[in-house]
Amino acid sequence: MAAAGTDSPLEQFKIEPLIPIHLGKLDLSFTNSSLVMVVALVLITSLLLVGARPRALVPGRLQSVAELAYEFVANLLSDTIGEEGKRYFPIVFTIFMFVLFGNLIGLVPFSFTFTSHIIVTFALAFSVFIGVTILALARHGLHFARFFVPPGVSPALWPLLIPIEIISYLSRPISLSVRLFANMLAGHTLLKVFAGFVFLLGFAGFFPLAFVVALSGLEFLIAFLQAYVFAILTCLYINDALHLH
Amino acid sequence: MAERKPPDSLERLDARLEEARRRQPDGRSRGVETEGMSAFGFAWRVGLELISALVVGVAIGYMLDRWLGTRPWLLILFFILGSAAGLLNVFRMTSGLGGAVGHGKGPGGRITEARTRADDTDEE
Repeated sequence: MAAAGTDSPLEQFKIEPLIPIHLGKLDLSFTNSSLVMVVALVLITSLLLVGARPRALVPGRLQSVAELAYEFVANLLSDTIGEEGKRYFPIVFTIFMFVLFGNLIGLVPFSFTFTSHIIVTFALAFSVFIGVTILALARHGLHFARFFVPPGVSPALWPLLIPIEIISYLSRPISLSVRLFANMLAGHTLLKVFAGFVFLLGFAGFFPLAFVVALSGLEFLIAFLQAYVFAILTCLYINDALHLH
Repeated sequence: MAERKPPDSLERLDARLEEARRRQPDGRSRGVETEGMSAFGFAWRVGLELISALVVGVAIGYMLDRWLGTRPWLLILFFILGSAAGLLNVFRMTSGLGGAVGHGKGPGGRITEARTRADDTDEE
């Protein structure tokens, strides 16, 4: 790419160890990615703690934001799972807020977008996948195997259809994680590429600048949308695990 | 004026709200703002579903091959199974079942609707 590497549009995704920690062969360094994750956690926690403190009947600004987030996720759960879904509020709310804040912090100039790394989104999606599978197994025991047997099909076709169903099930965490990662990666790269054009084109750089402004707005929408999609798919997977069909 | 009979106006507001809520198609309040991009988002999602199942199939085939020493055959078999699973994913997605596993009818229209909503809010 670019010679110096400092003006590459992909420079923003570079992981830099801030505090190197090596345990045996494991590299557990505290990186800029970890730093932003900690910042996200601190922001989420303080939003909820500070926001919920007044406990006013007519909420102030911060309390409104906290209540909006709470109600949004609560509605999501009752829409997709129903009454039973309330038990899974903590995990869905945590995932939603973590992804949302990861996306939003990434939009701050000179910060870092940890959701633009496939390993982060895959770890999230894979934990959801494992959790949902354990939930289904705990709920239904060996009946869980019926999940993979299409009803109304003669047993002669089972050897063909069951592997297909299993592959389809295993592809869930991949499509879930790639969706979030690709959206963030593509959006941020596009922003940087067009921002680079602004200086290259001189006076005509006004046009890419206008485009970057519009694109930034769109990125805000995508930041919310992808957190929403991630949360709603988590809800749907939980629902599938609860009500096998 | 408004202060003289607040209960009445509040009640009327309540009735109006109730009516507006009934008029609104269920759950359609969110996720419609991306209507313009939904065709592109839909196409992107079809590709994603196809590829992710294929990747899983190929990975399983490759690892089983290495384990059992049956070099190309299981890879080929699972490549085909993975493509089939990808098509199955797409079929489920387009028939409004989202990422559901299993052929049975969904547990209710509410869920199917939530799924289509998740589908059309997707983009890029």
